[in-house]
Amino acid sequence: MTEIPENIRSKRIVREQYFFRGNAACPGCPIPKELDLMLEIMGKKTVLVVPASCSTVIMGDIHGSPSTVPVIHSAFAAAPAIASGVSRQIKLKGEDAKVVVWAGDGATGDIGFAGLSGAAERNEDMIYICYDNEAFMNTGIQRSSLTPYGAWTTTTPAGKREFKKPLPFIMMQHKIPYVATASIAYPFDYQGKVRKAKEIQGFRYLHLLSPCPPGWRFDSSLTIEIARLAVETGIWPLFEVLNGKFSLTGISKTLLEKRKPIEEYLKLQGRFSKLDKKEIEIMQEAVDSMWEDIRKMTN
Amino acid sequence: MISVTRNTVAMEGNHAVAYAVKQTKPQVLSVFPITPQTTMLEKLAEYIERGELKAELIKVEGEHSALAAVYGAAISGSRVFTATSSQGLLYMGEMIYWVGGERVPIVSAVATRAIAEPWSIWDDHQDFFTKRDSSWIMMMAENVQDAYDMTIQAFKISEDKKVLLPVMVGFDGFILTHTMERLEILDDEDVERFVPPREFNLVDFSDPINVGPLAQPDDYMKFKRDAMIAMRQSEEVIERTAHEYANLSGRDQDGMIECFNCNDAEYVFLTAGAWSGDAKEAVRRMRKEGKKVGLIKLRVIRPFPEKVREVVRGVSKIVVFDREYSFGFGGILAGELKSKLYGSGIEIMSVIAGLGGKDVRPTHFQKVMNDVISGEKFQERWLND
Ligand code: SF4
Repeated sequence: MTEIPENIRSKRIVREQYFFRGNAACPGCPIPKELDLMLEIMGKKTVLVVPASCSTVIMGDIHGSPSTVPVIHSAFAAAPAIASGVSRQIKLKGEDAKVVVWAGDGATGDIGFAGLSGAAERNEDMIYICYDNEAFMNTGIQRSSLTPYGAWTTTTPAGKREFKKPLPFIMMQHKIPYVATASIAYPFDYQGKVRKAKEIQGFRYLHLLSPCPPGWRFDSSLTIEIARLAVETGIWPLFEVLNGKFSLTGISKTLLEKRKPIEEYLKLQGRFSKLDKKEIEIMQEAVDSMWEDIRKMTN
Repeated sequence: MISVTRNTVAMEGNHAVAYAVKQTKPQVLSVFPITPQTTMLEKLAEYIERGELKAELIKVEGEHSALAAVYGAAISGSRVFTATSSQGLLYMGEMIYWVGGERVPIVSAVATRAIAEPWSIWDDHQDFFTKRDSSWIMMMAENVQDAYDMTIQAFKISEDKKVLLPVMVGFDGFILTHTMERLEILDDEDVERFVPPREFNLVDFSDPINVGPLAQPDDYMKFKRDAMIAMRQSEEVIERTAHEYANLSGRDQDGMIECFNCNDAEYVFLTAGAWSGDAKEAVRRMRKEGKKVGLIKLRVIRPFPEKVREVVRGVSKIVVFDREYSFGFGGILAGELKSKLYGSGIEIMSVIAGLGGKDVRPTHFQKVMNDVISGEKFQERWLND
């Protein structure tokens, strides 16, 4: 193992905390870390808008919040519009503050999609982050439009028959200034994208794959491992689209030709345990075809 | 806009409300088009475009977002305004409760209109009355002047520290929104003095809080109890605001209710909204015939005016005109009045009329009251003819 230089060590380890431990997340849940890393970049003059989701609970109740920035809780479908209001108000007052929507996949891809698309079309000045745990986890693992093909949920007991809604690509079509994907297994890549988003004006969309131990049926010690495998197998490509220019980032840059078979990712998760060979093949084909599309976009 | 004297103009209701909004200087507005509110939205957009109103107009993709957007702006410190009607008000429904529960000062105009199915763009009060349990203050205008006056007062009431509740100003779709009437307007400076810039901000970076977090059962109940108390206190604030407004405008202004010829009345109509004008005409005609008829007009639906109890002393029969209906129950105002006056011995009769824009005239009011005077009793009558 290579030595970590002293200056980097101190920067990474002795750092101010932005989102405190002792919150109500499940063991192994990446959300608190994802919030902490994001807020470290965004700073204390950030308003979080949080629609109904696991994060509503994680953010704490009336008596206290683990967050060091103001949080506005929102009804499921209202977050992009509430954030629009906050953002316009900040603009009017000429304040040096930012608005971040922190939303799950259900709020983003399903019930709140019209509001998201509307805010993107208006190019509202905000960062929208979807932490995607691929189901309605807070209500007990029901399928969402972002649940992947083949995954077990309580409302798809035999495995989902439809494919995951390709949200980052759909957001790309809105021609907003910045779209990016990220993974908790690559925190520098993630923080770099938050930093970039922070510097840009207009609507910025970040999509984080966020493995959920109880919902995906894996041991809570494996969160980072699974997040990494999602990237290495190509299921979750890391990329960014800056002013329309698409580019792969980090390790995903090396995956155009060769990726780990997705089976390595699937086999660690109980939600995929009933998949047969054919279904896995269907999934592999879908991943490969997505990479063909990515190849065209990178050219 | 045709200027008659310096402060008297002619304006349609939608433009009158837009003008009042302009004078109260909100900083953020968000409205989605819906008939018959649309010309108000257009007017506001025009004011902003011409630089007459310095505000952000967020052109959202639906009414749910319209209210959500102004909620976000209101929480973080702006005076805000929105408006809607009918299906739009229903679509906003979730946020109506959200805003009421959080007790953020917001003013919304509601151009009242029937609810589908079947489709109807015409006026009734069904949309408005669905929101009566949402902890919004709900006012109802009788004419264009009222719509203008109430909009200005609504901001002051909503932002009063004893209240801090959102306010809805209802005014009848088409009947008021699109009818041009004589209107006395205030000077901009007077309005500014009456409704000074607002102080309200829940977003504080030096003391960050959770706005609208999860509540345990004890806390939840406390929140609701506080809203109940605020609602009660608002009655006094509404009365005071109307009084102050009367001084400012030099015109009489009632607070919670207006009594028209009801001091010595034996028979009384109870109404809310634009047809109160027709009811007044019926009262005038019947008074000429020597009949002791009066009218109680509710200016405020929520809180339901406690004052009603005082003003009905000496009345023997009240005929309530409802332009909405609670299916399987009855006319809503009639039901509410009955429960308020429980044990008073006053006979209360319910008339359902004017749904989906069905025409109602002074003669309809006269006919019903003449029947009542000649001894007819009924629980509920639908005016279909
Ligand atoms: S259910 Fe999943 S996403 Fe929700 S808090 Fe638990 S681990 Fe996190």
